[in-house]
Amino acid sequence: MFTSSAPALLTDSSPVSQAASTLLGVVVVVVGFVALLGVVFLVAGRVTGRLQKPVAVVICLGPALFLLLLGLIIPAVVTFNNSLKNQQFLGQLLTKYVGLKNYAFAFTDPYTLGSLFRTLLWLVIVPTLTVAVGLSAALLLNRMKHTAVPKTLIFLPTAISFVGASVIWSYVYNYVTPTQPQTGLLSAIVMKLGWSNPPNWLISSPVNTFLLMVIMIWIQAGFAMVVLGAALKAIPDEIIESARLEGADGWRLFRSIEIPMIRNTVVVVLTTVMITTLKVFDIVFTITNGNYDTDVLARQMYADMFVTSQVSRGSALAVIIFIVVLPLMFYNIRQLRRERSER
Amino acid sequence: MTSATPPVLDPVASDGKLRGREATSAVRRAFSSPVASAVVVVISVLWTVPTLGLFINSFRSKEDAATTGWWEFFVHPSFSLAGYKQVLTGSGGLALPLVNSLAITIPATIIPIFIASMAAYSLAWLRFRGSDAIFFLIFALQIIPLQMALVPLQQYYVKGLQIGGVTVLPSPGVNGTLAQIWLTHTMFSLPLAIFLLHNFIAQIPVSLIEAARVDGANALRIFRSIVLPLSMPAIASFGIFQFLWVWNDLLVAKTFGSTDPSQQPVTARMQSLTGSYGAHLELLAPAGFITIVIPLIVFLALQRYFASGLLAGSVKG
Repeated sequence: MFTSSAPALLTDSSPVSQAASTLLGVVVVVVGFVALLGVVFLVAGRVTGRLQKPVAVVICLGPALFLLLLGLIIPAVVTFNNSLKNQQFLGQLLTKYVGLKNYAFAFTDPYTLGSLFRTLLWLVIVPTLTVAVGLSAALLLNRMKHTAVPKTLIFLPTAISFVGASVIWSYVYNYVTPTQPQTGLLSAIVMKLGWSNPPNWLISSPVNTFLLMVIMIWIQAGFAMVVLGAALKAIPDEIIESARLEGADGWRLFRSIEIPMIRNTVVVVLTTVMITTLKVFDIVFTITNGNYDTDVLARQMYADMFVTSQVSRGSALAVIIFIVVLPLMFYNIRQLRRERSER
Repeated sequence: MTSATPPVLDPVASDGKLRGREATSAVRRAFSSPVASAVVVVISVLWTVPTLGLFINSFRSKEDAATTGWWEFFVHPSFSLAGYKQVLTGSGGLALPLVNSLAITIPATIIPIFIASMAAYSLAWLRFRGSDAIFFLIFALQIIPLQMALVPLQQYYVKGLQIGGVTVLPSPGVNGTLAQIWLTHTMFSLPLAIFLLHNFIAQIPVSLIEAARVDGANALRIFRSIVLPLSMPAIASFGIFQFLWVWNDLLVAKTFGSTDPSQQPVTARMQSLTGSYGAHLELLAPAGFITIVIPLIVFLALQRYFASGLLAGSVKG
């Protein structure tokens, strides 16, 4: 401490100064990062001759490979390894291998089985309904003029975080005693329709799980609509035209021309929504924290790992999620690759 | 008939049936029936009402927002910014988390862009033995879900990388700081980013690269002065996707972020507030709206690019 003002500045914890120092830190880091790259490029640019290309490769590829190794490859192996141990808290020193015991536990423990069952329900219902809504919207919009506003409105929730969506929907599902003025839209509507005593939605199983699914569908349908809409647009006009000349119109045009032509895209959207759904943790975590019979694998895994510190059990759940995602992801990547090579 | 009509000669065309664009637009007309429009309107309304409710409630007076439904606004309008004021200026509120979200999102978007475009460039234009295999490996890494990496990564941040009790790589010493979140998002974004940018960078015309080489530019200079500027469309698309992804993320923020309210991003802060504001519906609404407003602005301004990034990002962990 050479000056008296510096410590005072540092200990000043008013929000404004904290915000300023945070943002200053960001600027320093970003500028520093770019400057570092600039210096490395400048120095390495002086290398000539046979070494030039290898040096460039190391500089360009090295950081990415290092980060991938550190952040994905090694951790994935470690998690798999952890799932075979009996680790019960982070940093436990004495662990031993217990084989597939954690997996056996996952498939026999009633609570985990409940999560597994609900995860499967999510996996079936959410993607199906998301695609159904997205496809209907895309088909109808494909024929209309002035589509910008409805498209934006339906697509908008895609940009909203799951946490934000949970807050938004709390105003739909909120419960107030029927004798009081209602603040939840759903209760208000069903009471107007004559149901005098609606339940407290979010704590009534099993309806609460389905209500949480609605939020997910609400977020994802716009994505489905945009991607399917693009696929519909890509059907050549000539095909639609000749089908029409042969007398196909309306429903038949949908069913026998348009749906088959975008089938691949439909499957890609379906698997994509499945992957997102399988790993969704935010909605359940924010709204019910897994209580009231709403828990799913992704949330239970988080709780196992970081709340109750059943690291090995949580790791086993992560591996289970990975194994379920694997074929879906594989299919998607292959499909995307094929589309790219066709273009 | 204008020249826009495709020269398709069809025997049945002469009997009054429509051809070309006109036929398509006739089909289009047939479907823009009132029923179809009504369905679209219904879906749009259903999809907008929840957000509208939040928006309206965020501006109502405390008493009204806490005791009556937001739709009462149309009967008994009331307007107040007190909720916003309290959420933004109250201690433990969202002002600092908003700053933190920016502080997390900006580096976590810019850093991966550089690292990934450099890697993509070297894999596309500085080919060497095994470069194809490396590209395929990176491409395949997209299948590893983030969840698989959480615990080991956290252990690494705390005590370094150890194999058999021997420290191979010391801890980066960023535990509990924002740097830990930047690093994590950067790592997780790389497979997708490299894949996307590689597809774009590989399509830069050979002639451009060759011309620069003839002019004496070395590999790094070519990257800086040709590849990077030309890749801007792909970088923009990925950048928007990454920005929204990081801004909206909760899992990484919860796992690697601080539990100190003044150091959390908005998603994590909001998640804790839903518990403590549970009894204060009047505060939940402005807080919720503050949480979503920046992604909404980014989205509305850059919708077009976002759609393409989203599709490409559909395989992201």
